[in-house]
Amino acid sequence: MLGLDLSFLDWGIIRNFVLGGFWFSLQLTLVATLGGILLGTLLALMRLSGKQALVWPATVYVNGMRSVPLVMVILWFFLLVPSAFYSYLPSGANHRAEYSAFITFIAFEAAYFSEIVRAGIQSIPRGQVLAGQALGMTYGQNMRLVVLPQALRNMLPVLLTQTIILFQDTSLVYAIGAYDLLKGFTNAGKIYGRPEEAYLLAAVVYFVVCFGLSWLVKRLQARIAIVR
Amino acid sequence: MSWNWHVFLNDDGSGRTYLQWMFSAWGWTLAVAACAWVVAVLLGVLVGTLRTLPEGRWSLWLARLATVWVELFRNVPLLVQVFLWYFVVPKLVPAFQQVPGFVLVVFALGFFTSARIAEQVRAGIQALPRGQRYAGLALGFSTAQTYRYVLLPMAFRIILPPLTSESMNLLKNSSVAFAVSIAELTMFAMQAQEETSRGIEVYLAVTALYALSAFAVNRVFAWIEKKVRIPGTLVASASGGGH
Repeated sequence: MLGLDLSFLDWGIIRNFVLGGFWFSLQLTLVATLGGILLGTLLALMRLSGKQALVWPATVYVNGMRSVPLVMVILWFFLLVPSAFYSYLPSGANHRAEYSAFITFIAFEAAYFSEIVRAGIQSIPRGQVLAGQALGMTYGQNMRLVVLPQALRNMLPVLLTQTIILFQDTSLVYAIGAYDLLKGFTNAGKIYGRPEEAYLLAAVVYFVVCFGLSWLVKRLQARIAIVR
Repeated sequence: MSWNWHVFLNDDGSGRTYLQWMFSAWGWTLAVAACAWVVAVLLGVLVGTLRTLPEGRWSLWLARLATVWVELFRNVPLLVQVFLWYFVVPKLVPAFQQVPGFVLVVFALGFFTSARIAEQVRAGIQALPRGQRYAGLALGFSTAQTYRYVLLPMAFRIILPPLTSESMNLLKNSSVAFAVSIAELTMFAMQAQEETSRGIEVYLAVTALYALSAFAVNRVFAWIEKKVRIPGTLVASASGGGH
């Protein structure tokens, strides 16, 4: 291709530069998805509780997070979390940006996941909740045994789609210099004097991962649709 | 900790205050977002429409091309796309070496968002009852006329709610322009934080401007939605994801 040279790419570069960053991006995606869904479910339950003392803080939190760019949230947490916090973590002093990214993404994605969970819970027919109550279930039992399992199934494709978006968003840790997949490629590109090729390769890797995952989600969606 | 809002009145070293710098940065953010929005809506409507064309000799290939477009621009992170436009495209296509960075970022943000809007347009057109298309054809409209006078005006109203959130997303996403040194709000936040060490005040002001801008976009769309509503029609809302 026009002036592109990919011959610099070998297994050594992939091992030394790319894999570590890829691993971090995956970890960040996984931790933020799980943490975000947990915290997001909590926020959704607060918003649906009907108790003003719970509804208000959750609503302000979710709408606040959703009206600000992720890059700004990343910068905020990097600025605000005191360095003393990192000293409790293994090699925390050297990985401030990475640890701060974990906290940021859990807090930020929780707002988006909570909206998905809220819609999922609201999609459950009211009769299901009433049936649970009629059986003498407490609120917790009703949620855990009746509502949430069904809601989770309904919202699974949307949750997974959000996870794919989350994976793409992890590249924004560029703002605080955390070592992720993109940084792995840009570093390799800088050191070997091939920045353009490195960006292209990064794009290809992101594309393959995201396209593959969204294909899987589509198949899953089709399967769930048949069962219903 | 005590506030120090006076920091905004300090000189930034080039004869203007940080406050002036911030408002100029706000202007850049709005300019990037507005230009990218125009690109995104034009391309999004075109690509989304192509994916719904009735079967024909050309339309199959056009629809495939549109699908490739959507998948390509949807599955690569925006930041990576910005870098591709800024560093890779000018190397592959020498004509782009003369193009200013602002335009390249507008292309990146516009193309990225166009894929998402295309999906909304497609969903909007497909949400219309089949009879609408047939009614158009029965009246003797050509395919183009059916789209122009029957399908697109209805689809436009259906997609207004998801288009609202996508436009707010676009505004927020314009923050990635910092990565190629466009003098917009996020870039200002990072530099002013570094120079003044009053990060909290600077970030608070910038965050407030982003939230204010996003809210304004929301209100404008709510106003449009009210203006163009056709009495007696139920408008179903499709859901929009993403940030």
